[in-house]
Order: sequence, then structure tokens, then C-alpha cells
Amino acid sequence: MKVLMFGWEFPPHITGGLGTACFGLTKGLAKHGVEVVFVVPKSFGDEPQEGFKLINASDIELDFTQTLTREFREKISYMEVGSNLVPYLDPEEFERWYSEEVIENKPETHSVYTRKYQFSGKYGANLMEEVSRYALVALSVAASVEYDVIHAHDWLTYAAGIAAKKISGKPLVVHVHATEFDRSGENVNKVVYEIERNGMEAADRVITVSNFTRQIVIERYGIPAEKVFTVHNAVEPVDKPDQDDVTKHVREKIVTFLGRVTYQKGPDYFVEAAHKVLKRDPNVRFVMAGSGDLLNRMIRRVAQLKMGTRFHFTGFLAGPEVDHMFAMSDVYVMPSVSEPFGISPLEAMRTNVPVVISKQSGVAEVLQHALKVDFWDIDALADAIYGILHYDGLRKMFAKYGKSEVDSLLWENAALKVLDIYYNATGHNK
Amino acid sequence: MRSVCLYFQVHQPFRLRTYRFFNIGQDHYYYDDYQNRHIIRRVAEKCYLPANRMMLQLINEFGKAFKISYSISGTALDQFEQYTPEVIDSFRMLAATGCVEFVSETEYHSLACLGNEKEFIRQVEMHTQRIETLFSQKPQTFRNSELIYSDSIGETIGNMGFHTMLTEGAKHILGWKSPNYIYCNNLNPKLRVLLRNFRLSDDMSFRFSEQKWSEWPLTADKFVGWLNTMDPHEEVVNLFMDYETIGEHQQKETGIFDFFYHLPKAVFTNSNFSFATPEELYQRLQPMGAISVPYAISWADEERDLTAWKGNDLQAEALSKLYSLSDDISKCNDPVILRDWGYLQSSNHFYYMSTKWFSAGEIHKNYNPYGSPYDAFINYMNAISDFSIRVEECVNAIGKLTDETTSAEKPKKVKKVVKSSPKKAATAKKPASVKKPASVKKAKK
Repeated sequence: MKVLMFGWEFPPHITGGLGTACFGLTKGLAKHGVEVVFVVPKSFGDEPQEGFKLINASDIELDFTQTLTREFREKISYMEVGSNLVPYLDPEEFERWYSEEVIENKPETHSVYTRKYQFSGKYGANLMEEVSRYALVALSVAASVEYDVIHAHDWLTYAAGIAAKKISGKPLVVHVHATEFDRSGENVNKVVYEIERNGMEAADRVITVSNFTRQIVIERYGIPAEKVFTVHNAVEPVDKPDQDDVTKHVREKIVTFLGRVTYQKGPDYFVEAAHKVLKRDPNVRFVMAGSGDLLNRMIRRVAQLKMGTRFHFTGFLAGPEVDHMFAMSDVYVMPSVSEPFGISPLEAMRTNVPVVISKQSGVAEVLQHALKVDFWDIDALADAIYGILHYDGLRKMFAKYGKSEVDSLLWENAALKVLDIYYNATGHNK
Repeated sequence: MRSVCLYFQVHQPFRLRTYRFFNIGQDHYYYDDYQNRHIIRRVAEKCYLPANRMMLQLINEFGKAFKISYSISGTALDQFEQYTPEVIDSFRMLAATGCVEFVSETEYHSLACLGNEKEFIRQVEMHTQRIETLFSQKPQTFRNSELIYSDSIGETIGNMGFHTMLTEGAKHILGWKSPNYIYCNNLNPKLRVLLRNFRLSDDMSFRFSEQKWSEWPLTADKFVGWLNTMDPHEEVVNLFMDYETIGEHQQKETGIFDFFYHLPKAVFTNSNFSFATPEELYQRLQPMGAISVPYAISWADEERDLTAWKGNDLQAEALSKLYSLSDDISKCNDPVILRDWGYLQSSNHFYYMSTKWFSAGEIHKNYNPYGSPYDAFINYMNAISDFSIRVEECVNAIGKLTDETTSAEKPKKVKKVVKSSPKKAATAKKPASVKKPASVKKAKK
């Protein structure tokens, strides 16, 4: 089985769960003997990026080759497509980023790609143009390699997937890691929604990362249930260096929120819950690690609630800083409003940190040794945090079962389900 | 003559309401009145009342030949009194027939036998007294919560003067032996032990409506046919189950009422069995020998052990927190505190914290008001945290009073006590001062 896969970023420099998931899945597939051609848009070094600094093409390339096992290298080809695309941008953010950084600050940049832009002044137009151009470039790739099935990850690559299907006639599998409803709540961007729906409709099979997302795909996008399959994400088993040497410089227990500070992640519920806990027990510290458009509002709210000495903001954390943060934490909280999967609680649990997660997350479907609350239920959220901090039985149970539960979620098992879907779509026998 | 011993367990716990940590120290009411009322009314309507009517009809129909026994937990009785007193009336009518034996258990359907022997005995005595008052018969038979039994628990019960104790016919204690005889306690041979025939009992209580079961549908005649295939020397078939089997666990539509309605007639006409209560068996039969149960057993799960209530760290912590209060409780006389002390002991609270159903199927899940054992644990620990503050305040208040009355010569000591906990003393006054002086005086008399 040969797969032409359209994806995004690759570890270690990633901006979210998508890159990690693609990497894990690809490796899992390789274990089952599947050959993957992985096409990734390469963003140019001369685009300075607020909050997206980690996407540096040359870094990716370098680290990528270092992390590959030989077996993996034999199975996977890796291709880059020149593109300004970065994941997790909606058209408006993209435009803002583009106009501020590319047009205003560096008007004299004469990159072959940036020069092609005719800045239209209309929100969203450029991102859409990029999507189309990526599809065009991808098309040449699609025509030049052999494969049995096309696999496209998330909406930015759907156009590329459809194009590849058109010229090759091979079945298309689209993989929904998130939908516009997760990113934007009810204020969906119509253009993005259309692209997503077109992709899902054109696809022979749709893979969702949770039943939660599967429901959205069926109900909100009107996709027939029989072609939508859930394959829960997994995690890469990693041997992280022992974190025992991490010294905590405060006596108090630490409760951590780690993620983008955006509507989707529910940071405001974390702040309100912190207030409830601190009212009863001032010997706790809360940390909000990450940045995003709600950050200033959160800082104002924390000041308003007069808990500034107990509530800390770290800004964006990456790589070892994240591990360090987990190692210092006594509770990890993910109060997401809508989380297709949500891999970060698994990372916390691997470091033996108990987690509180929202029921509106895909990861809640696969975890038993976690506290689950509705994201809007601040009382329940506060109660869960307080419980872990005060009742030893919970900590003992999570320490006993949490890590092994996470370690049992293997990508090779998830990949096996994906492989089944390939067989199913192509009509090939195993 | 061989006997069928039909025994039904009637129990409802006081389920806790959602009790958050910020309620601790401020709100001392732990029960979900709405849910408790709703459930007790529903079960009364679907099970207790119609089943009691049917049993009464059967007793009237077969003269004194049809006999059954019940145990009704104190927490169930409390809820009947509050919400459905007609259920108690209907049990009284059954009691008046003389064909019904009422079995004693712990007042609160608790696990006190594992936590505190003194408390265990107190609850057994309480319940025995209450049953005697309600139904005008002194219980001679005892059944522990969840049929938990061990040699030493049996010994305690035997020493209290009970004739018989009911427990599970667990495979691992029986070995080659049959549950269909009467045994006696290993340490106190005066106590008879009746063992549940779990296969035949579960055919009724679990498998009755299971359409995939090869024996479905189960009829009274088929069941009696099985009784007839038993070894003719075997003396008794102990069919022990939740009373809620009739109409609640097995809904009316499954035909469960018809099954029980036709069972006595089928037994009388097609077999040489009759019906007997545990006390009658005590009067009539001799034990075959002692049964050795060094480690406690119960009627739960495949293992028939205690792991459904005491199998993980959550349950261990909750139980140890609960029973760590025993000493202080013994100094308290506040009836509300004593009531809560009882209600918080019901085994159900610990059952809700079981993580066994993560792997082991649906049974645990079915009767659990919580989404997860972790939620159950946090909620319980919040309630017990508040409760322990109240107990402490109660003890302090009593200590203070005792000191004041005896400390004319020792003023220093009083000062010290007051100083050591000024905040607690201040908050303690509200709940404690109203009832405390009276109850303390009573205690002194």
C-alpha cells in the first residue's frame, strides 16, 4: 500500500497537535509496511511570524532527518512545497499577519513567492489563494509519484487532495483533525466551511479524530455517517529525560493551563475556577502558559479578581519548557470548549500529572483515569481541581494507572485502523 | 421435607447531592432529596407495592404454606417513612400473616464490620430493635450488607445471640461442598450459616430477561423442573436476591411477576419441596458441618470478594477517613450528626467509587448516579470533610461544657481550650449550642 499524504508541520517544531499526529500516524503506518509520500508546505524563512516563530523550514528539515529511524526513512519520502501557508491561521489572522509582517515591515522583500502576491485588501483572499496554489504545486507532485490512496489532513490540504484525486482517479481519504466549529464556535467562516465540506464530500472516506468530531461532521456538514470513521489519536512513546532534577521554587501546589489562549481552549473557565479554588485555599498557584487573542482579557480578569499574586502567565512555551512546566505541575487542566481530540492531557499524564479535561473533547472518549467536566461547569471544574489537590486517593490512582493508560494508546494501533480504511476505500485485499 | 428459602433484600441508600468543596463548612446537608424521593417512589410503585400485594395474595391463597423472608435496611425504612409510608403498611400486613420472617442487618447497610466492630454491633442492635418495634417480631437471623461474611464476623453475630446468618455460597469457600445444606460458623458453632445458591438465584435476578440465555424464557414449571433434578439428599435451596428484582431490575414486562406468582403452585404440585424461612430451618435442621471462611466474602462479582467496595485507593482513603471519626463520634450526642454518620456509611457510596467496571462490564455502571468513580470519590470526600469539621466542633463544644462545669478550680485550663481554637469555637456555637447542652446533660444522668 502506497499513500500520497498531504500534511503540515513536522516535529519537533510544531504549533499544535496536528504535526505530532501526522508524524505519529506516518510512523505507525510505516510499521505496518505502508509507504507514505508526505507533502508539506514549506514556509519561507523571511516571513517573520508573531507567535509562529517555530515554523522554520530549515529547522524542520534538520531535526526531521535526525529523528528518523532507518526503517522509517526507507518507507517515507518527504517533500516540501513552497508556500506561505501556516496551520492554525484563519483567513483574518493570516491577512493581519501577512499585511503587518510581510507588507508593512518588509515591503522590499523580493521572494519569488511573496512577489506573486497581488494584495487584494480583502480579508481572506490571500489565504484562499495560497490554498489553491498549494493545490497546484501539489498537483505536480501527485502526477509524478505512484500511490494507491490519497490522504489529506485538515482543510488547508483538501483542495490538494481533491486535485490529486482528479488527475489520478485514486480514492481520497480526508482526515478531520478539527473543524471550523471548533476553531470559531458558531461564528464560522463561510469560505473555510465550504472548503471543509467540499473536501469531505469529495472524499471516499472521512476519518475523524473522535466521535465528538464525527458527530459534528455528520450533523453540521451533512456527511453520510457510513463513510465517516473515528480513529482516535495516539501518542508517541518517548523516553523523556528524568524530570526529577526540575526544582520547583515555590512551596504551593501548581495548577496548569497550557495551550493557545483562544476561545476554543476555554481559558476563561480556568480563570474563574482558579478564583473559586483560591477563595477556599490560598496555598495554590495557577499558571496559564500560552498566548493567543484572549490573553490580555485573561490578564485583566485575573487583576480584577485580585489574584495576581497567585495566578501567573508565562507566555508561549515550547519544547523543553513545556516538559519543565509539566514536571512542576500538580494538576493539568484542559477546559476546552470544543476539542476534536486534545493531545496535551496525554503528555501531562505521561509525566504523572493528574488531568482535568472537558467532556467536550475527543480525548475524554479514550481516557478513564482523568476527571471529566463540562467546560461551562466552573463549579465542577473547581471541585475537580480542589479534589486532586486535597484528596490523596486521586493522586495515587492517577499515578498508578494514568501513565500506563496513555502508553497503551499506540499509533501503530491507530494506524491499523487507518490501514483498514485504506483497504476499504481502495477495494484492495489485505 | 426439602425447602426453598426465599429471601429478599430491600435497600435504598441516601444518595448524596452534588456537594462542592466550597460548601464545606457552610452547608451541612448532603442528600439529594429530589433523586431519593424520585427513586423511592418509582421503585415503590413498580416493585415494593405490587410485589407485596402479590406476596400477600399468595400467602392467603396457600394458607401457611408459602413463606418468605425480608430484610429492610434502616435507610430504606427512613425513606419509606418520609416518602411512601404505604410501603411500610404493606410490609406490616405481610408480617401479620405469620408467614414472613424479618431478618436483621446493619441499620445503615454499612461496611462497619470492616471498619469498627463496636459501631457494627451498635448498628445491628439498632436495626434489630427497629424491626421488632415495626413488625412485632424479634429478628433471629442476620444478613450483613452485600452478604459480607467471614468466620470472625459470624462469630460476632453468633455471640450477639442470632441463630442464623445468611451469606454467599461462594465457590472458593465451598470447594466440593454443596450450598444446599446448612452449615455452622467455624468459630462459634451455635451460629448457623445459610449459603446462597447463586446459580438458581441469579437465574431469576440476572438472567431472567436475558433473551440470549439458552434457558430463556424461564417459567415457574421449568424452574421447578431444575429443583427436581437436585440430589434428593440436599435439604434446602437458598434463593437470595434484591427485592427490586421483581419489577425494577426485571421490569414487569419481562413476566417476572407471573413467574413469582406461579412459583408456589408449581413447587407444591410438581415437587417435594416446601417453603421455609431461615428461622424455621434453624428449628428443623441440623448443620452438616462448619464452613471455613477466613477471608471475607460477599455476593458481588465473579470473585465474591470485597473489591467492589474496598478495592482501590479511592475507597481505601474514603473508608479510612470515615472510620477515623469513630472515636470522636462516640463522644457526640447530636442526633443530626449521628444520623449523618449513619447515612454516610452506606456501602453504596463506596461501590460508586469502584473502578472495576472500567473493565468488568455493566453491572456496576447500572446503579451508579455518578459519571465516574472519581466524581463519586470527590463528592463523598467533600461531604465527609464537612462532616468531620462538624464532629470536631461537636466534640470541642462538649469538651468546653464539661470543662466549664468542672473547672471552678482550674480556670487556666479553660482559657487554654478556648484559645487554642477561637475560630472553631465561634463557628461551632451555631449548630452545636442549640442541642448540645440538653444532650450533654442527658448523657450525664
